Amino acid sequence: MSFVVPKESFNGKVASVDFGKDDKALTIGGDSALPFLSFEGELPNKPVVAYEIQDCPPDDWPDTVREVYKDVSGDPVTWAKYCQDEQGAKAIALRLVSTHPDRGDKSAEEASQTIKDVLAAISVPLIILGSNHIEKDSTVLVAAAEAASGNNCVIGKAQEGNYKTIVAAALAHNHKLIAMSELDINLAKQLNILITQMGFDKNKLITDPMCSALGYGLEYTYSVMERIRLAGLAQNDPTMQPPILGDVGMYVWKVKETVASEADVPEWGSLEERGIAWETLTATSLILSGANLLIMRHPSAIENVGKTIDELV
Amino acid sequence: MALTGVQVFKLLPKTNCKKCGFPTCLAFAMKLAQGGADISACPDVSEEAKTTLGEASAPPIRSFAIGTGDKAPKMGAETVMFRHEKKFVNPCAIAINIKDNDDSLAAKAEEVANSEIDRVGQILRVEAISIECASGDSATYEAAVKLAAEKAPEAALILNCKDAAVVEAAVKAVADRKPLINGATDENAEAMAAIAKANSCPIIACADGLEALSALTEKIKGLGVEDIVLDSGAKSAKEIIVNNTQIRRAALKKSFKPLGYPVINNVIRDNAILEASIASVAIAKYASIIVVSSVEKWKTLALFTQRQNIYTDPQVPMQVEQKIYEIGEPTADSPLMITTNFSLTYFIVAGEIENSKVPSRLAVMDSEGLSVLTAWAAGKFTAAKIAVFIQESGIGDTLTNKELILPGQVAILSGALEDKLGDWKITVGPREANAIPTYLKGRE
Ligand code: B12
Ligand code: SF4
Repeated sequence: MSFVVPKESFNGKVASVDFGKDDKALTIGGDSALPFLSFEGELPNKPVVAYEIQDCPPDDWPDTVREVYKDVSGDPVTWAKYCQDEQGAKAIALRLVSTHPDRGDKSAEEASQTIKDVLAAISVPLIILGSNHIEKDSTVLVAAAEAASGNNCVIGKAQEGNYKTIVAAALAHNHKLIAMSELDINLAKQLNILITQMGFDKNKLITDPMCSALGYGLEYTYSVMERIRLAGLAQNDPTMQPPILGDVGMYVWKVKETVASEADVPEWGSLEERGIAWETLTATSLILSGANLLIMRHPSAIENVGKTIDELV
Repeated sequence: MALTGVQVFKLLPKTNCKKCGFPTCLAFAMKLAQGGADISACPDVSEEAKTTLGEASAPPIRSFAIGTGDKAPKMGAETVMFRHEKKFVNPCAIAINIKDNDDSLAAKAEEVANSEIDRVGQILRVEAISIECASGDSATYEAAVKLAAEKAPEAALILNCKDAAVVEAAVKAVADRKPLINGATDENAEAMAAIAKANSCPIIACADGLEALSALTEKIKGLGVEDIVLDSGAKSAKEIIVNNTQIRRAALKKSFKPLGYPVINNVIRDNAILEASIASVAIAKYASIIVVSSVEKWKTLALFTQRQNIYTDPQVPMQVEQKIYEIGEPTADSPLMITTNFSLTYFIVAGEIENSKVPSRLAVMDSEGLSVLTAWAAGKFTAAKIAVFIQESGIGDTLTNKELILPGQVAILSGALEDKLGDWKITVGPREANAIPTYLKGRE
């Protein structure tokens, strides 16, 4: 019996989505094979990792990751420049945390100014994220899309409860859009359909099926991503072909394993490495299941995921 | 490959003698093909037919354990490519590689012996030690293997040495532990297989690439050894994912027997975080054993957790039994809290109650393994159901004050619960479990 390489070929293809400007623009997606199985299809673009920053100091981030940015995180512009210039970030994700009604309730105008300032300071692509407050995001992200007009940003997240205004704004200002649903392939599909029915180009969409941290539901995210990718490739379902986002950092840097001190849980070993490993392994698992874009926090985790990706391609 | 009823029929005596309990050989053949009967029911079937049928009904990926005892890691027997299709069966074992001339060998082996940890109700551990023959010296190697075996009495042993003479002495020294021999190459296959056979040990087939590997496993099998683990020579993460995927696909989709065995991957890197990351690639993508260079607590915790996530049943969430759990030594005055029976929820909440050092009771209600909010949204954690559960438990009679503390996330239930549980006081606790210690201490 001789070995024959068991290949599978697919009719479907993940959409290629580019964002950013000029020579710093990035492209994700374009896959016609399952993640990293380049022997049976095209995988033209490596997964991209964006550094997460926010518009207010990260008081709720645990020490391991807050310390890294302590000299720059007081101001989003300084923080963004630090990630780009010192850490070599290929993309930056700015989360407008302080627009949340419980976190400062800053206005859409204030958020717009922050976005303009950050955009003026960096040349790498910018991902603009709301505070995940359904009503507030529907005004903040509309203003954000306008403030970032002409920069080919990624805007998010549009959800079932607020997608209409956000989609219209992304359309008007020519941005890419993240559509987020909650860990259910059918919800993801339905939202993509609703958004494209508004005339939004499916090739400008990124799907966020909702992330979860290692040990806290990662298996759900992992399998939903795998199923979305299979539906896009094997069943050639156009509503399942946007590239996939894993918003890793915010889910990881709150679970007990990234927070609890060594004194409290000696059996868990070094807190610093534990936290970094937690973010790294969450991210690595998700690129294996289909994520094309990741948003992460700790430079060492980002570096090691980058090395893993380099080994995988 | 599964045979059809007609194919099976051709192998039977065709006398329709009915001794098997079926009216005809064909009827028996049909049942056999569906897996609903056993070939031994036919007393007249030929040996040859038995072998053919046995092979056809063998699982596509051979299953066996490494080592001895209850903790010996099982491997193989996988049936699917993706975890959402069906539960992955035998979680990937983690092995640390230790050189035979490493001064800290004993300490490292003890680390393995003490690696056990409890996570979400499962006891997890580093299962194996791979002892590498770096000295090239038979006496040194044998002594190292014995020492590792003694310091980690329950670990599976992997003898990482390509010199058959050296391996033979070491295998004899720990034969009762049934070590995994690493391994057989095209050059030494005869000698290694003979050792494996004589001591009934499993063996690793090491080759570069899947074609050479297939030829090698056939050769080893021909030499009488069937418990084989595959080492395809994969080094980079890319080689790991590509080779492991092709191996599993060949076995499952093409019934390609020469690769129908569990897989081992070496993921050793200089950088410990990167090593953990590459290890997670192998765990997610079909390895049955991974070999790492060190087992720091933070690293194993992360790998155990990822392995647990990948290997949980996608259909049935991990759950705990419905009952009223006592934490510490509660008295009639101790607080009573309620939550759902999703394992993760239970262990997080119970852990925080323990941290508070306040003796308490935790009523865990069957909600089909769903988290608090999911269960609430799915109508399985409603005021009516909670009321029935609390009343039927009879717990109220043992308490000085009938007070029930709800998870903060379902504060909305408190009014309706107060109506349904007339003489009870309903209190809303914190939203997040990590606020429980402060909350409980504050009540005292
Ligand atoms: C994973 C998940 C699922 C998984 C199920 C996982 C499981 N075994 O439960 C799946 C995919 C199957 C699922 C399905 C559904 N889900 Co769901 N799911 C989630 C998700 C992402 C995480 C839930 C989780 O595991 N949390 C972790 C556990 C540990 O949390 P927990 O049990 O609440 O416990 C915490 C606290 O409550 C507290 N606590 C617990 N007990 C106690 C007790 C006391 C006394 C105290 C003080 C504290 C306390 O401590 C814990 C840690 O802080 C959440 C969103 C999110 N990020 O939270 C949505 C979420 C819970 N799901 C939701 C919904 C609506 C559903 C569905 C009905 C529909 C859907 N969207 O798919 C179905 C219903 C399922 C069914 N069988 O019908 C909604 C609920 C909305 C709401 N507020 O009503 C959520 C919030 C998502 C959302 N925003 O829409 N879901
Ligand atoms: S016992 Fe064997 S030979 Fe007799 S009927 Fe059954 S299958 Fe046929």
